[in-house]
Amino acid sequence: MQFPLVLGLDTFGDRTNDAEGRPISHAQTIRNLVEQGVLADQLGVDFFGIGEHHTDDWPLSAADVVLGAIAARTKRIHLGSAVTVLSSDDPVRVFQRYSTLNAISGGRAEVILGRGSSIDSFPLFGYDLADYETLFEEKVNLFAELLKGGPVSWEGTTRAALINQDVVPHTEAGPFPVWIGVGGSPQSVVRAAHYGFNLMLAIIGGNPSRFAPFSRLFDQALKQFGQTPRPVGVHGPGHVAATDENAREEFWPYYEDVFRRIGKTRGFATPTKEQFLREVGLHGALYIGSPETVAQKIAANLPALGATRFDLKYGMGGLSHEALMTNIELYGTEVIPRVRELLASKS
Amino acid sequence: MAIAAGFHVSIAASGDPEKIALMTSILVPGAEPRWAADAVKDADIVVLSIPLHKFASFDPGLVAGKLVVDAMNYWRPVNGVQAMFEDGRYSSSEIVQRRLARSTVVKTLNHIGYHEMEDDRRPEGSPERRALGVAGDDPGAVDAVAEVIERIGYDTVRLYSLSAGRLLEPGAPVFGVSLRRAEFELALHAQVA
Repeated sequence: MQFPLVLGLDTFGDRTNDAEGRPISHAQTIRNLVEQGVLADQLGVDFFGIGEHHTDDWPLSAADVVLGAIAARTKRIHLGSAVTVLSSDDPVRVFQRYSTLNAISGGRAEVILGRGSSIDSFPLFGYDLADYETLFEEKVNLFAELLKGGPVSWEGTTRAALINQDVVPHTEAGPFPVWIGVGGSPQSVVRAAHYGFNLMLAIIGGNPSRFAPFSRLFDQALKQFGQTPRPVGVHGPGHVAATDENAREEFWPYYEDVFRRIGKTRGFATPTKEQFLREVGLHGALYIGSPETVAQKIAANLPALGATRFDLKYGMGGLSHEALMTNIELYGTEVIPRVRELLASKS
Repeated sequence: MAIAAGFHVSIAASGDPEKIALMTSILVPGAEPRWAADAVKDADIVVLSIPLHKFASFDPGLVAGKLVVDAMNYWRPVNGVQAMFEDGRYSSSEIVQRRLARSTVVKTLNHIGYHEMEDDRRPEGSPERRALGVAGDDPGAVDAVAEVIERIGYDTVRLYSLSAGRLLEPGAPVFGVSLRRAEFELALHAQVA
C-alpha cells in the first residue's frame, strides 16, 4: 500500500432528538458535535469531517467554526470539511478559513471540495444553478492557485480578479491536503487529477464496486497530467451498534423518515425496507451493523476500490446524541483496529 | 449495457472527443468518443442526457430527423426553476418534443437511477426483471426503443403517448422504484384512476 490507511468519520450534523423523541435545538446539536469530535480524537479516529448544509435538518452551515472548537480541544485528529460547497463560496474565504483552522490545529486541517448535491446554498448566496459547472471549474482553479502560497494573480468570470494578491494567513508547512468529493461525475475525477488533488468517492447508494473504474480513471489521468500518484478515499454512510440487529433497527426508522421527507421535495419514492436491507447487504452502500460486520465490509471495499481511506458518515436525522456517541466509540475501539488487522493480513 | 447487448455505441459531450477519450476508454470500454454531429449522423437512436438547464441552448438541428430518447427530468429541487418547463399543460418530454420539432421523441430511462442500472438488469423471462416505461406519440418509435430496452435487460411497459410521459416523471409512483412489469402497470393504473 503506497499511502497510509486512514479511517475517519464524517457527519452532516444531522438534527438529533432527545430521549422523548423531540428534536433538540440547532445550538445544542452543534455543542454535541464538538463532543463527538473530541471523543473521536480520544479513540484514535484519524479524521473528523463536517459536511456543509443549510437546512433545518442539517444546520451545519459554518463547519469550520465547529472544527476550530474541536481543534482547540484535540491533539491528533485531522479536521476538515466533508464537503465544502465551493461553487457557492468564495475560494479566497475558504482558503482563509481553512488555513486559519490549520494554524489553530497545528497543521491538521484538510478540505474536501464538492459541487454540492443539495442546492440550498445557491439561492441563499445568490448563485444561479445554470452556472453550476462554470462556478466549480473556475473556483477550483483559483483555489489551486491560492494553495501554492505565494501572491496570487487570477482572472475569471465568477469573482473579482486578483492581481499579485497576498492572501493570509500563510500556512507554516506548505499546502494542507485537498480532496475533490465525487458522487458520480467522471469530469470531477479528471479535474482532481488535473490539479493533483486527492480523490474522495462519495458512495451513498447502490453497489460500491461500480466506482472501481473511477480509481483507475484517476490513476491514468494523474499520469496523463504528469502528476504523482495521489490517494483515493471512500465516504460511506452507516451506523455501528452492538449487534447487526440493533444497528439496523436503530437506523431504519430514521432513514425511512429522512428519505420520505427528502423524497417528497425531490419527487422520489420512499425507500422500502427491502431496498434498505439490500443497501445494508454486502453489495450495498450502507455500513450498518456490529463492529465486525462493518469492519469486514470496509476491509473488502477499500482494496476493491483502490482506496486507502474510509470515512464513515455517521448519524441520521433523529438518532440521539447517545446513539451517535456509542457509534463513535464502537468505530474507534473496535471497527478501526479490526479493519487495520484485516487489511494487514491481506497485504 | 448497450455494448454488452451488441449495439454500437458512440459517446459525445459538448466538445472535442479527445477530452473524453480517457474517460470513455476506462468507464465505457468499447464505446467510441466522437464529435456530437458525427455521433448523431450515424446513429439510429440518440439518447439525450444533458443537464436540463443546458437544453435551452441545445441546437435542435443537431438531432433533426432522428429518433431521440429523452432521459432527462425536470427536477425543480435539483435543477432550479426553469421557465421553459413550467407549463403545466405539458409533460416535460412534450416540451422537449416541441423544441425538437423535427425529431421523434420517446421518453424512457429517466425513472431509473444510473447507479441501479447494472445491478437491476436481468435476462428475459427472469421473475425479478425490472420494468421500465417507454412513452411516445409515434408507435413505431416507441416499439423500436422498447426493443432496445428489452435487449439490454429490462421488461417494458409501452405508453403510446408522450403526454403519458407524465406518469414517469419525478413524484410519480414508478419514479426511481424497482418494479416488476405487473407491479409497474398496477402503479400506472392506480395513478390514472
